[in-house]
Amino acid sequence: MAHSHDHSHSGDGHSHGDTLGHVVPVKTFAKVLGALLVLTIITVAAAKIDMGKWNIVGAMVIASIKASLVILVFMHGKYENKIIWTYILIPFILLAIMIGGVFTDDPFRDRIQHFKVTEQAK
Amino acid sequence: MSNAAIVDHNVPPGEPPHIHHMDTPTAYGAAKLGMWLFLATEILLFAVMFCSFAIMRYYHLHEFHEASHHLDLRAGALNTAILLFSSYTAAVAVTKAQMGDNRGVVKNFTYSLLCGFGFLIVKSYEYTHKAHEGMFPFVWNSDFYHYKNFLGLYFCMTGLHALHVIIGMAIMFWYGIRPARNNRFSGKYYTPVELSALYWHLVDLIWIYLFPLLYLVG
Repeated sequence: MAHSHDHSHSGDGHSHGDTLGHVVPVKTFAKVLGALLVLTIITVAAAKIDMGKWNIVGAMVIASIKASLVILVFMHGKYENKIIWTYILIPFILLAIMIGGVFTDDPFRDRIQHFKVTEQAK
Repeated sequence: MSNAAIVDHNVPPGEPPHIHHMDTPTAYGAAKLGMWLFLATEILLFAVMFCSFAIMRYYHLHEFHEASHHLDLRAGALNTAILLFSSYTAAVAVTKAQMGDNRGVVKNFTYSLLCGFGFLIVKSYEYTHKAHEGMFPFVWNSDFYHYKNFLGLYFCMTGLHALHVIIGMAIMFWYGIRPARNNRFSGKYYTPVELSALYWHLVDLIWIYLFPLLYLVG
């Protein structure tokens, strides 16, 4: 779709014989829907097996594969430019920082408290 | 077009609206960029809840496991399938709009709308069932107090998600189906269809994470 980014026309009704963005065939969407449904069945099946803490890791990996398929194909992410990709990625990076920040802080508070108490006892 | 009008929608069907100081590809790109920025804030809204879920689960792992078994897995899986299918039809609606097939837009967005209703019906069935069991705000059975952390988050997250389903359905009707019935869209102008579909895909995207977290691994 090289012509879709041709800005030489002022857009006042010129017929390009072309659309503004990329046209994804319906067949591609159908294939992705199939993949998403299969992945859902896999998630449900995998949850039945007890793998301890790996259950949640596996579930999140499969969910992320599904999310990537939705963003890349359903939401046309595959054909978007760098600025839009910045906006796609920023919330996920912020979420990672937030969860990372909370987990490097909260679970260690007891230990800090313990450290303070033992320091005072000296 | 008067100088005061920034966007003039008074154009023949299929033609893009006249926008002051902007050509059509630029307007299309700007609108899409704005939508993605909005979607980023929506993801961050849910991100706060995902973070709360993560830290609560860390401290109350056992309760979370037990409580998640009280959710109806079959209803959750059915709702996942419903939303995935509705997302597919919303994506197809964009392709139809690009090909100038306005009837296809109406048809596919109507499918998505019906799926939205189906999702809400299943969800309300689940909520009612939880109320009967005494696992619902204001009617807590004291036997289930230790599930409050999990179920509180469950109701917040799915409740906010259900609100997004309702808003998404309204958007698809108002900006998709209604103008498409007047043959508004063509390959030259289909921005509202694409943006409505993007919002609907976000609803699906959030559910993709909510389903395994709440129903499967707890």
